[in-house]
Amino acid sequence: MTPVQRTVTRTVAALIGMYFFAFALVPLYDVFCQVTGLNGKAANQPRAMSNEGVDTSRYVTVQFITRSSKGLPWELDVMTRQLRVHPGQPTEVEFAFTNKSDSASWGRTVPSVTPSEASLHMRKLTCFCFQEQRIEGGQRVAMPLVFQLTRDLPSEINTVTLVYTLYPVENKDNVSQQVQRTWREGGDA
Amino acid sequence: MAPKLPPQHPLEHSTATTAGQAHEHDDHHHYGGPGGIKRWLLTTNHKEIGSLYLIFSLSMFFIGGIFALVVRAELFQPGLQLVQPEFFNQMTTMHGLIMVFGAVMPAFVGLANWMIPLQVGAPDMALPRLNNFSFWLLPVAFGLLLSTLFMPGGAPNFGWTFYAPLSTDYGPPSTTFFIFSLHIAGISSILGAINIIATILNMRAPGMRMMDMPLFVWTWLITAFLLIAVMPVLAGVITMMLMDINFGTSFFDAGGGGDPVLFQHLFWFFGHPEVYIMILPAFGIVSAIVPTFARKPLFGYASMVYATASIAILSFLVWVHHMFVVGLPLAAELFFMYTTMLIAVPTGVKVFNWVTTLFRGSITFETPMLFSLAFIVMFTIGGFSGLMLAIVPADFQYHDTYFVVAHFHYVLVPGAIFAIIAGVYYWLPKWTGHYPDERLGRWHFWLSVIGVNLTFFPMHFSGLAGMPRRIPDYALQFADFNMVSSLGGFLFGASQLLFVAVLIKCVRGGEKAPAKAWEGAEDLEWSVPSPAPLHTFETPPDMTSQAPQRH
Ligand code: HEM
Ligand SMILES: [Cu+2]
Repeated sequence: MTPVQRTVTRTVAALIGMYFFAFALVPLYDVFCQVTGLNGKAANQPRAMSNEGVDTSRYVTVQFITRSSKGLPWELDVMTRQLRVHPGQPTEVEFAFTNKSDSASWGRTVPSVTPSEASLHMRKLTCFCFQEQRIEGGQRVAMPLVFQLTRDLPSEINTVTLVYTLYPVENKDNVSQQVQRTWREGGDA
Repeated sequence: MAPKLPPQHPLEHSTATTAGQAHEHDDHHHYGGPGGIKRWLLTTNHKEIGSLYLIFSLSMFFIGGIFALVVRAELFQPGLQLVQPEFFNQMTTMHGLIMVFGAVMPAFVGLANWMIPLQVGAPDMALPRLNNFSFWLLPVAFGLLLSTLFMPGGAPNFGWTFYAPLSTDYGPPSTTFFIFSLHIAGISSILGAINIIATILNMRAPGMRMMDMPLFVWTWLITAFLLIAVMPVLAGVITMMLMDINFGTSFFDAGGGGDPVLFQHLFWFFGHPEVYIMILPAFGIVSAIVPTFARKPLFGYASMVYATASIAILSFLVWVHHMFVVGLPLAAELFFMYTTMLIAVPTGVKVFNWVTTLFRGSITFETPMLFSLAFIVMFTIGGFSGLMLAIVPADFQYHDTYFVVAHFHYVLVPGAIFAIIAGVYYWLPKWTGHYPDERLGRWHFWLSVIGVNLTFFPMHFSGLAGMPRRIPDYALQFADFNMVSSLGGFLFGASQLLFVAVLIKCVRGGEKAPAKAWEGAEDLEWSVPSPAPLHTFETPPDMTSQAPQRH
């Protein structure tokens, strides 16, 4: 190999390496965020209630924001926009989904916690966000979120904001095994 | 190009009046390759390819400039007068993309092609045919990018930073073409970088050690490594976008489990080193010009090399300063605030070295020197506004306002672009054999300086007062600042026509330049005749005997 060929081989190897490194960053980022909770993603599995007791000496404000997104004719409302809870205290909040179109469709909600450090301390016992949902045209469905803030929530955090964004899911109607419905049916919209 | 020329008197050959004729002449006498268009399509000569890059870059500079003037015309007054908001967004986006990838980067590659072989005593680039290919990818890439303006749904409209999912879910149908054109432009830069690295590492004249290389060569070597490191990341990001758009993946779509913030991390991991790709070669040019016209060796050559290398390494550790408002933990904000401020230290070393080189020099103020001195002053202003932006709590206020626009235009226009212009004025005698017209050059300089400052200085104030960037209409209290910016913008744009006049005049004729065109110029390129013949250093110059000029 001439020296030029050697240099070129090495730079091309570095290039290919960096290209794959860029893709490797995607799973690395996910793992990093799961461990540290830094991107505000709460766990997407129900957790057991913790019985460490309620810290009545402290109040934390919890706010809820709901958003719909492109391509899904649904509306998501929350019955209580803001409440004050004690760390350790299990709390239930009611959300309402409305399908504003005439036909049934599938969707899911993606949660995000701010500040992101709080996401590791947000235990969800029940959440509509764990599953994809199907709602009939024109229907309004109420679903609960039951959560608990753990007592080791860092003391500088006084407000926790939960954002729920609606996303469309491709039609699953002919998939035989349907997601089990755990929510209570509401009346018509 | 190269129309059939009337037969010339033999005597005229040595004083051929246009670059085209000079090449034609050499061509026929040396190897009799193809003529006409084919000759430019197929050339593997580093000087011709360098000229092609520079001409391409200049055309993109004007096209991108026209887009900027559409933006400034709309912002001349509050309210919507000339264009629709959708088209306004296409103009800001295309302006940014074309200036970054089509004007600044190819201009530096063009200068590298022309000057690196001459400065290291090599007969050509290490991979001449690859060189031809890298260049011709560019017209393809930017032809494609410009064609999106005529597609249904219009051109990309999501800003030069193309944040997903704005660009994936909400972008126009032409986004796929945009991705494709960026891929091609990226491949071109990567191939250019490989070629430059191979040339610098392997083709130096015998006896020229790394620490003997001119700083333009050094800064380009480091820039080329930055390109190798981050262009593949850019390619990866846009590939992920392509898959999100066309193949149903969800890298950046929260609905499918992806993460929009991940896009910003990946983009800025490329993007911040990219801004240094656009400034390091400028440092090299200024480090060549300042000693020449101060008639003193550069102060602190070795520290310049180390400062450049430290800037390059640090540039991988600061990307989050573009994302201070995405919601980060305090520790991350502090870390990236400090690393960002740390970059100002090696940058300060450079400014210090230039100023010290000037100290007690016997300075003359020819056009290249004027542009270089303006570079030093105004780049430093841009560095200071960068430091202000690095302060996290302040950035919460400044982010996405015109203050950021002011910052990066100060480092890019009187920074990168002034350095490129300075380099062109400096090396024109070597390229054409004639000095550029000094009187026109001065007009060009002063009108540009006034235009740049009128355009961008008021943006600091409109930004601090809260005017958001990328908005076609604005509140009344910003009206005066914007009117001044628009007037300045048109002045700056118009004065660049003078630059074209200087270039044409200098190619056609003018005062003859000797081999060593500037009294204080010491680097190797000044040892070959002006204009540089098509083939130089076919027998390498022996540098072993030469006394070390640096340290
Ligand atoms: C002392 C050195 C510098 C510091 C401390 C610095 C700092 C910063 C910071 C903190 C931002 C983000 C502002 C925001 O979006 O809120 C920024 C933006 C930017 N900087 Fe710098 N910078 C420096 C030098 C440079 C140089 C040399 C260049 C290019 C030649 C450059 C180009 C840019 C660009 C293009 C942006 C805006 C990107 C965008 O959002 O469109 N900066 N800079
Ligand atoms: Cu940056």
